[in-house]
Amino acid sequence: MYVAVKGGEAAIDNAHRLLAQARRGDPAVPELDVAQIREQMGLLVDRVMTEGSLYDPDLAALALKQARGDVVEAVFLVRAYRTTLPRFGAALPVETGAMAVARRISATFKDMPGGQVLGPTFDYTHRLIDFALAAGGDPEPAAEAEPDSDAGQCPRVTDILGAAGLLETSPPEDGAPVGDLTREPVDYPADRALRLQALARGDEGFVLALGYSTQRGYGRTHPFVGEIRFGKVGIEFVPEELGFPVPLGAAALTECQMVNQFHGSGAVPPQFTRGYGLVFGQSERKAMAMALVDRSLRAAELGEAIVSPAQDQEFVLAHCDSLQATGFVEHLKLPHYVDFQAELELVRRLRAEHAALHEKVETPIREAAE
Amino acid sequence: MALAGAATLAELRDAMAAACLAEEAQDLRAPETGLVMTRGRIGGDGRAFNLGEATVTRAAVRLPSGETGFAYHLGRDRPKARLAAILDAHWQAPERRAAVEAALSGIVARREQEAQAHARRTAATRVNFFTLVRGED
Amino acid sequence: MALQQGFADPVHDAQGVFRAALEGLSRPALIRSLPTKVAPPPPLTPELAALALALADADTPLWLDPPLAASEAVAAFLRFHTGAPLVSNPAEAVFAIIADPQNAPDFAAFAQGTPDYPDHSTTLILALGHLESGTGHAFSGPGIKGVARLDAAPVPADWQERLGTNHAGFPLGIDLILTAPGRIAGLPRSTRLLQPAEV
Repeated sequence: MYVAVKGGEAAIDNAHRLLAQARRGDPAVPELDVAQIREQMGLLVDRVMTEGSLYDPDLAALALKQARGDVVEAVFLVRAYRTTLPRFGAALPVETGAMAVARRISATFKDMPGGQVLGPTFDYTHRLIDFALAAGGDPEPAAEAEPDSDAGQCPRVTDILGAAGLLETSPPEDGAPVGDLTREPVDYPADRALRLQALARGDEGFVLALGYSTQRGYGRTHPFVGEIRFGKVGIEFVPEELGFPVPLGAAALTECQMVNQFHGSGAVPPQFTRGYGLVFGQSERKAMAMALVDRSLRAAELGEAIVSPAQDQEFVLAHCDSLQATGFVEHLKLPHYVDFQAELELVRRLRAEHAALHEKVETPIREAAE
Repeated sequence: MALAGAATLAELRDAMAAACLAEEAQDLRAPETGLVMTRGRIGGDGRAFNLGEATVTRAAVRLPSGETGFAYHLGRDRPKARLAAILDAHWQAPERRAAVEAALSGIVARREQEAQAHARRTAATRVNFFTLVRGED
Repeated sequence: MALQQGFADPVHDAQGVFRAALEGLSRPALIRSLPTKVAPPPPLTPELAALALALADADTPLWLDPPLAASEAVAAFLRFHTGAPLVSNPAEAVFAIIADPQNAPDFAAFAQGTPDYPDHSTTLILALGHLESGTGHAFSGPGIKGVARLDAAPVPADWQERLGTNHAGFPLGIDLILTAPGRIAGLPRSTRLLQPAEV
């Protein structure tokens, strides 16, 4: 039986008004400004940009304010907003080798041109709550030093190792169209470019857990951090009507080059293989996890047995998007009265059949059991 | 065009005033916000892949004197895009090019100063290793 | 560069043209009005230009027929206002803009779609001089109640044969948007040209 129900409009309106009030919190506490979120919750803004798949710090900050700090809800808002805009086209690929580096470290090479530059990092902090921050106040000014002559010239570490032939080279540009999962549904097997797009916008927690699982033995890849770099990179775009590249400005990106031991296969001699991570803003954990999972998803290409979740591209790609995941999980709370009514009737009927069946055969079985 | 993208709206207004340039222009394309898909390369130097989109605002104008100007930059600032397009159009006129560049020199100087300060702060976090003990001894 | 302006009111003008194209394709062979004030460089007609501006963007490669492709002004106009890449291979085009329909390439030269994605095909937009419903060839199919007649000219000499072959390949094939001054009609691949004996 289908019963159409209607109603709740006033309740919904009032719930949203209540939400607005809850969002504001105690009116005695000063209201948050979008610029404050952008400047002081920068890593959260970066995460919303990365998973929202839209570079716009002010918009991500506003989405966070509207979402009361709920990352997935903010991602939802950003993704919904982008659907209202026309796409002008695709930018030229970023040249991360020319990054204005704010941080650049390698766990594999101590001495490299451009040096190990820590930049603004939580690494080596003691993780002790700083109660002085609660009182506010200006921090100590950042230290300054005269840059070395090689500062600002930071070749990618993989370029250095690659020159010796110990490291696989990147798959060369072949001019093939670049797949875009926001335009076309994903067909499996998906190529590496498409997988990287999915991982870049994938949920940080999910990608992190998958990366972690490879380290714990579920598709082990023997990873080392070849390099992590963070800084601003120029974005260039060729408008169709102009026909030449136009600089759009600079975007902050984090890049991770993971280097993985590889014993070789019939076709490939032993060498180091690579996993790659690239994300918006300063999102080091995400870039590292992405690089780990990128490498583990290359199992088929490298002739490795596919035995673990992080190697299964359909499992990873179909479940890494926080918005898709939350949509399907959270839809369960919407009214399912009619579906459930049908299930209820089915279960009642099955129970009646079950009871009728057991009435006939129950007595002898019980006797046997006793 | 790169410079105008990195400038603030106020800086562009100041530049227009400093160069005594007229803001009068016909919109060939009214300022419009859209998306550009940013791309990375696999491994940093390999095949391209789609990283994610960025908001971009563009404008195109024609001056009464006939020059056309374009602007494309990250973000959603439409008034800034229109002003940048007007400056670009004035720059196309050889007799006004020097004035436009002079008016924008303040922005160049600010950017240069910021880049240097960034480089100095970053340099202070560079690690200088020194050897404690050599394992083979 | 003496670029002509596009839509005066980009959002609403584009929506109006899109609506006309949508209705044209959902009620095949029925004429809709397509008023437009766009004044593109010739031989691009206002109707072709309005449809290109409403439908094309950076994701939809355009193919221009030889008279249009010969005009630098037409290319500049379309590039500026749509941002669409112009391609020389008709099979790569999402939309084909055709000012000289009599000499249009064979329909098989355009993208036909694939069994998995029949929508990955080319939509041909033709500028005709004459478009009249109620007379001419008879059509039937989804969106047509009974039989609809459409008279279009000028068309290629083998027009009937082309329409028949295109329909026979369904679900693959191309879709046609026909325009004449102030008018639009659609002939999607699902529409069947009737033989005189069938009417």
